[in-house]
Amino acid sequence: MSNQGKMDCGRRRLIVATAAVGGVGAVGALVPFVSSLLPSERAKAAGAPVEADIGKLPAGQMMTVEWRGKPVWIINRTKEMLDTLPKLDDKVADPKSEKPQQPAYAQNEHRSIKAEYMVVVGICTHLGCSPSSKFKAGADEGMPADWLGGFLCPCHGSTFDLAGRVFKAKPAPTNLEVPPHFYLSDTRILIGEDKKGA
Amino acid sequence: MKKFLIALLFTPLLALASGGSVHLDKWPGSVSDKASLQSGAKLFVNYCLNCHGASYMRYKNLTDLGLTEDQVRDNLMFTSDKIGGLMAVAARSDEQKLWFGATPPDLTIIARARGDAGAPKAGADWLYTYLRSFYQDDKRPTGWNNVIFENVGMPHVLWQLQGIQVLNHETHKLELAVPGQLSPAEYDKAVSDLVGFMVWMGEPQQEFRKTLGVGVLAFLLLLFVVAYALKKEYWKDIH
Amino acid sequence: MAAGNFEKYKSDGSVGGNVLEWVDARFPATSMWKGHLSEYYAPKNFNFWYFFGSLALLVLVIQIVTGIFLVMHYKPDASVNAYGVPVAFASVEYIMRDVPGGWIIRYMHSTGASAFFIVVYLHMFRGLLYGSYRKPRELTWLFGVGIFLVLMGEAFFGYLLPWGQMSFWGAQVIVNLFSAIPVIGPDLSIIIRGDYVVGDATLNRFFSFHVIAFPLILLGLVAAHLLALHETGSNNPDGIDIKEKKDENGIPLDGIPFHPYYTVKDIVGVVVFLMVFSAVLFFAPEGGGYFLETPNFYPADPLKTPPHIAPVWYFTPFYSILRAMVWNFFGLDAKFWGVVAMGASVVIFAFLPWLDRSPVRSIRYRGPIYKTMLTIFVICFLILGYLGTLSPFPLGEVVSQICTVFYFGFFLGMPWWSRMDKFKPVPDRVTMK
Repeated sequence: MSNQGKMDCGRRRLIVATAAVGGVGAVGALVPFVSSLLPSERAKAAGAPVEADIGKLPAGQMMTVEWRGKPVWIINRTKEMLDTLPKLDDKVADPKSEKPQQPAYAQNEHRSIKAEYMVVVGICTHLGCSPSSKFKAGADEGMPADWLGGFLCPCHGSTFDLAGRVFKAKPAPTNLEVPPHFYLSDTRILIGEDKKGA
Repeated sequence: MKKFLIALLFTPLLALASGGSVHLDKWPGSVSDKASLQSGAKLFVNYCLNCHGASYMRYKNLTDLGLTEDQVRDNLMFTSDKIGGLMAVAARSDEQKLWFGATPPDLTIIARARGDAGAPKAGADWLYTYLRSFYQDDKRPTGWNNVIFENVGMPHVLWQLQGIQVLNHETHKLELAVPGQLSPAEYDKAVSDLVGFMVWMGEPQQEFRKTLGVGVLAFLLLLFVVAYALKKEYWKDIH
Repeated sequence: MAAGNFEKYKSDGSVGGNVLEWVDARFPATSMWKGHLSEYYAPKNFNFWYFFGSLALLVLVIQIVTGIFLVMHYKPDASVNAYGVPVAFASVEYIMRDVPGGWIIRYMHSTGASAFFIVVYLHMFRGLLYGSYRKPRELTWLFGVGIFLVLMGEAFFGYLLPWGQMSFWGAQVIVNLFSAIPVIGPDLSIIIRGDYVVGDATLNRFFSFHVIAFPLILLGLVAAHLLALHETGSNNPDGIDIKEKKDENGIPLDGIPFHPYYTVKDIVGVVVFLMVFSAVLFFAPEGGGYFLETPNFYPADPLKTPPHIAPVWYFTPFYSILRAMVWNFFGLDAKFWGVVAMGASVVIFAFLPWLDRSPVRSIRYRGPIYKTMLTIFVICFLILGYLGTLSPFPLGEVVSQICTVFYFGFFLGMPWWSRMDKFKPVPDRVTMK
């Protein structure tokens, strides 16, 4: 601080060298500390993929399974329910699911692998509340008269359609997230993992 | 003063005399032998894991032995249905206390616990000797006793492999009365593998730890060179 | 030399300069920097023994940082989990196995505990060699003794936390020491434990002491130790007051600014220390069974004492003194006197500044008596330490009693023998050796 004027070149070079090597060491020493903040093996084991049996899920109904402590909804959508989706394309914020809120295999009109089975994380993309289902069309469930069925987040009023697409001018920024999943068989889904080799 | 000096002279000798007295055979194995560890793992889950837990250990860690998750799932996973699950025992510890008179200890870190002050690695030798020192003893409720762990509560679970040993009361040596499925040399190898697995399990990252240590020391040596040069440079000013 | 009469920083007009000037007008940044580092003049003849002060500070930082991260995963809970293992014990193995990088952090902390005592013992020995405790540095020394006492408490509380067999039985034995105090003893030990045995309540309060109370006291004492040192200025291997010979600017002729000269020198010391530290951490984290004692790999079992229990190595000299007392005096039993002797053997260090009556500070100018006495003291300290790791045996008891006599003789006889020595003339200026 005081004697920078008289500092010669060799000394400066050595300071830089020591600081550089020491800095690398400091960053290296940080590694165990920062990595200790990541999920532990226990958390990973608890967050392992879960299996869901959809064989007994009636059409038009929804079931919830827990994956990594979050609700994952599986909805068996009827033909009528699926028909509502194209009608809403101009009312939802991201009709073509362009934002990366789903694996590539669910980036389609119905945001699912099989058209009828919607698999989606039931957590509002706004601030993390879990929306409630409002499947009945019209004002019966306290929704507007032109409501075609979907979800309403009780916290800040975001609404989603039956493919988890968020409506325009709502607080939630993106569509509901579709988790990685694949079909073990016709009636069993594994949630939390992409199909191996896919 | 004289007494003091004499006492001083003999202190180390006395220390040796006051230490443990049983002779332990040296464990001949190595934790870097993956094939041996795999065979040890197999013995462990088949013979030990019925009563003893390894409840700090996850099945997933076994993939470090060069096995795939599917191999672990198919061959070694008996007490959990999840690869991330713990290698714990199904039997509850208070029930076991009723059956054996004592709760079988958790074995995850038994190799470390059996070490000694001054010889923390001696736990492997103890286990290696212990598992080869069972003999038939009709006075014990289990029918078994052990030379280095007198009146042990544990029966000789590996007897079908080793055969039946008896203690010759004149020579105080163990003799093989009924041969088992394995020859004595094969049995020693199997026990060595099993002990190796327990040593490995006591600290699964121990080999990585040493590798990392070499890197850290090499780095510090480099830092020493530049820091020392910097110190020399500054201290040229001082006379 | 103390922080104080330094000019405030004047900005050179740059943004950084302006910020610094703004800060310096409101906070003594410049004066602290200059008073404690760049214009703190330390004797230029510091030798090997002068590394251990800064190393102790380094280990303190290591212990605090690793401790903060261990607390994120450790659970002070003596109850038993689903697999029959105490939660606290299992949480340590959880750190060792399941937490990414956890084993390095834990080994740093366990190795750091032993390293702390090694460094502090060498630092104290330096004080004995060069008379650093002598006037005018008595307060620096007293704060240092305070640090040592608090460090012992900190280590003792911390040793219970893994909740292994040694943790449990070590705490059991030490807490029972307090029951030796007449009249209030038994109640006192119950108050310390919060239970009739060392249990969950004990574990939780020891955890609180270990992570909050004692570190706070320790940091305060370390600050006081350094402030007192910087008020008087450092001693040196010649035991000379460098402030007596100053140049026209008032700077000691034999003084050099701590920064950069001793910062660059201490960096070298730190790197060498880290090499030794890493060698233990990565290649022998058990420290030969002395840093991590093998019975502590069994969970605490209140019904079964391990066949051989010994305190961790850094307590063993004092533990031997405790065991050496086997006679009843004045109607009080040996147990009480053992506790008294053990306490006295630590606290007696505090009286050194007033026990030493020699006209010189440094061993360099003392005669054969001091050299002999110090050698005997160190040998006795090491023998006591060694015996403390062993199970008691008859000859060991006799030896430890003799060593205890010499240990106390060193201090209590000092007012006489420290005067009788043959002293060499002390030079005016420091010598570079």
